[in-house]
Amino acid sequence: MNEGGRTPALRGKDLLELESLEPGEIQLILETARPMLSVFSRPVKKYPTLRGRIMVNLFYEPSTRTRTSFELAAKSLSADVVNIATTTSSVTKGESLADTARTLEALGADWIVLRHSASGTPAFLARQVRAGVINAGDGSHEHPTQGLLDLFTILRRKGRIAGLRVGLVGDILHSRVARSDLWGLTKMGAEVVLIGPPTLIPVEVENLVQTGSPAATAASPVPPSATGSAWPSPPLAPAPPPASASASMSAAAAAAGVSLPHPPVTVSYDLESVLPTLDVVQVLRLQLERQKRGLFPSAQEYSELYRLDSERLQRWGAKPDLLVMHPGPANLGLEISEELANSPRSAIREQVQNGVAVRMAVLYLLAGGRPAQDTETQTG
Amino acid sequence: MARSIQAKQSPPSDRSAQKWLLRGGHVIDPANGRDAVLDILLADGVVAAVGEDVTRDGGPVQVLDLDGLLVLPGLVDMHVHLREPGQERKETIATGARAALAGGFTSLACMPNTEPALDDATGIRYVREQAARAGAARVYPIGAISKGRRGEELAAIGEMVAAGAVAVSDDGSPVQDSALMRHALEYCRRWDIPVIEHAEDAQLAVGGVMNEGLVSTRLGLRGIPVEGEVSQVFRDCLLAQLTRGRLHIAHVSAAGSVAVLRWARQQGIRVTAEVTPHHLLLTEVEVSRSRYDANTKVNPPLRSEADRQEVWRALHEGIIDCIASDHAPHMAEEKNVEFDLAPFGVVGLETTLGLVATHLVGPSLGAGERAGAQRLGAGVEPRQMGVESEALGTAQLPSFTWAQVVERLAVQPARILRLPGGAGTLSAGAAADVIVVDPRAEWTVKPEEFYSRGKNTPFAGWPLRGRVEYAWVGGELRFARERGGFLES
Ligand SMILES: [Zn+2]
Ligand SMILES: [Zn+2]
Repeated sequence: MNEGGRTPALRGKDLLELESLEPGEIQLILETARPMLSVFSRPVKKYPTLRGRIMVNLFYEPSTRTRTSFELAAKSLSADVVNIATTTSSVTKGESLADTARTLEALGADWIVLRHSASGTPAFLARQVRAGVINAGDGSHEHPTQGLLDLFTILRRKGRIAGLRVGLVGDILHSRVARSDLWGLTKMGAEVVLIGPPTLIPVEVENLVQTGSPAATAASPVPPSATGSAWPSPPLAPAPPPASASASMSAAAAAAGVSLPHPPVTVSYDLESVLPTLDVVQVLRLQLERQKRGLFPSAQEYSELYRLDSERLQRWGAKPDLLVMHPGPANLGLEISEELANSPRSAIREQVQNGVAVRMAVLYLLAGGRPAQDTETQTG
Repeated sequence: MARSIQAKQSPPSDRSAQKWLLRGGHVIDPANGRDAVLDILLADGVVAAVGEDVTRDGGPVQVLDLDGLLVLPGLVDMHVHLREPGQERKETIATGARAALAGGFTSLACMPNTEPALDDATGIRYVREQAARAGAARVYPIGAISKGRRGEELAAIGEMVAAGAVAVSDDGSPVQDSALMRHALEYCRRWDIPVIEHAEDAQLAVGGVMNEGLVSTRLGLRGIPVEGEVSQVFRDCLLAQLTRGRLHIAHVSAAGSVAVLRWARQQGIRVTAEVTPHHLLLTEVEVSRSRYDANTKVNPPLRSEADRQEVWRALHEGIIDCIASDHAPHMAEEKNVEFDLAPFGVVGLETTLGLVATHLVGPSLGAGERAGAQRLGAGVEPRQMGVESEALGTAQLPSFTWAQVVERLAVQPARILRLPGGAGTLSAGAAADVIVVDPRAEWTVKPEEFYSRGKNTPFAGWPLRGRVEYAWVGGELRFARERGGFLES
């Protein structure tokens, strides 16, 4: 099949972060994920694509939701899944991570899905093993499949990503979700507003996209995806060049076909004032132990300043079609009210389902699969 | 070039009694204003004569023709972690002293953060005895400031000085209690030894693993703000002013610290300072570029390009007095782990001279050097130097002459520590601690070939130019590359 100029495959064996992905690669994953969603409606919820392949969930932090999502994704593609949590592995006996990974590889693991509390551990692991490493969340660095499923969710709800203004609310400093969302959204042409108390905003974060990463500066514009798809093609913004804020704005805006009134990433400490300008808001989970480090006075005060509920959306003048998201698990009543989380404008449940589809797409593409349309002819 | 060792007679059995005539090398001895092709005679363990056409004064003499090579006073590294006692798997006094000599350091001062800490005379004596047995570089122990390095009560400083300690430091555990620091500076006035401070506000640094800034934000790593160093440098300078004690700031990494030091010098405060090769040549970007390689994890952390340039300029200007390696060996198993879990520190004894020769020494090799000498470091692509090419900026940074390098790698550290025997100089009568450097020898950093047990370096694979060929300690030739390295006595 003609690739139509698309990025035909992922470049690496691993998925470590969104920062170093090209916009075309993100686009490819999102397009591949779309048909994967049918797994939820098919009577037989399996594709045979990865039969005989082994994916290991290596989780050094508990996360039932992410681990289950990866497990469902792998099983839907007929891969075998092994789950290792810290309490049941030799990790507790002091076996080093590198050694553990090499053992898993020797036992035939094709992919190691790693969740770890230390930033950079997936990159470290990827250097040590030939198996593919998929980052399922590392410290405060990235959670790339979460970032991808957030993009996918926005795309399905809004029909586009470019030109949208997306607010991320909460503990940006420690949030791997925020960093993956930030890279994914800006690469796809959205604006990002980071909202939270000043103590939970990392230094210079508004300069991340302007200064760019080697990958971002190397990214080239990708032509629109193959025609004939009913799927709305999101206009792709090339990652901004590092030259200057204004230059990057105009480049992103030109590629997105819209005029952006703001730099790609801005920071606000005041949720009320920026809420009316947002098209999407992603509320982040507040880790209550941050309070003990003196980063905010109390959960009560945090909630007064940064909680979202329907009454506030009304009173503060949110757009009627504001899309509300949360990567979960939510502290209901603290950062988001239960009724808002369950309201029609909330995409929280879809985020969960979309997560499985996106992770299927990632596994499929890392296995060297062709784009999604081919999948269906192979398996349908 | 001829480098033959011609024994005029069979060598005498007592090797330290041998005489050496080093002929035709380029002698660089800034303490005596020498920078010319000269002969030098080593006899009875001391520098007997330096000059044009030094004649043998009878008796057996080994003659070495050193055409095209540099003859320098043995270098002095005033900041080394030897790990013994207690952590011999990382390094021993013997392996560290050999690594030092192979790197051109005939003297080193070792930090007291061993297990147990060097906080009494017994520990100091132990280090000196082990070093004497090793028979490589001279080792001068630094005692702890506080008992057990706990930052609470003064250690037995007088007893340690009597046993041979040349300074005190709680390096690795910055002194948080300002009253303790004040008392240490005051108490040490009795011997006028320096109090060496690892300047860092522990509360601001807590949990941090790299410099705080854009790169730490991008990588999601906990940052160590530069202000934690600068504020502590300022506090310590004020306490040195209050007490009129002698303060030495270890491993300056921040532009702000340089500003404070400049101010302190203007005030007449008795403060000296050192900088490491990694803070001169690398920045925080290295953490990102290496994808969280723990060999870029050091304390203080690699800072911004602006900081790097400022400490470089301060070293040139003399606001920072000297270069010290902060040689901090760790086992591969300790470093090859998650970035957050790895210990801080890199080795430096065997790379410092090569890095300095390659990257700090400028086109001018010194007044006496023959015309047509190749520029050191020429031909090294900026990208190989490990910093952002556009940010590398060594072109706009001042370069150093060999005399300035020797000043900062030998004369100054020996002066700060008041080392005996004319260390850092080739003065007549000084102990014959001499090295011969081939400034054009090209080599590549290969950690597996280090004499040190620590292989943890961020400079692996770097092409360098400039290498030690021979090293004498007390007139005894202990290291000769052409003879395969160390000579057994
Ligand atoms: Zn230190
Ligand atoms: Zn140190």
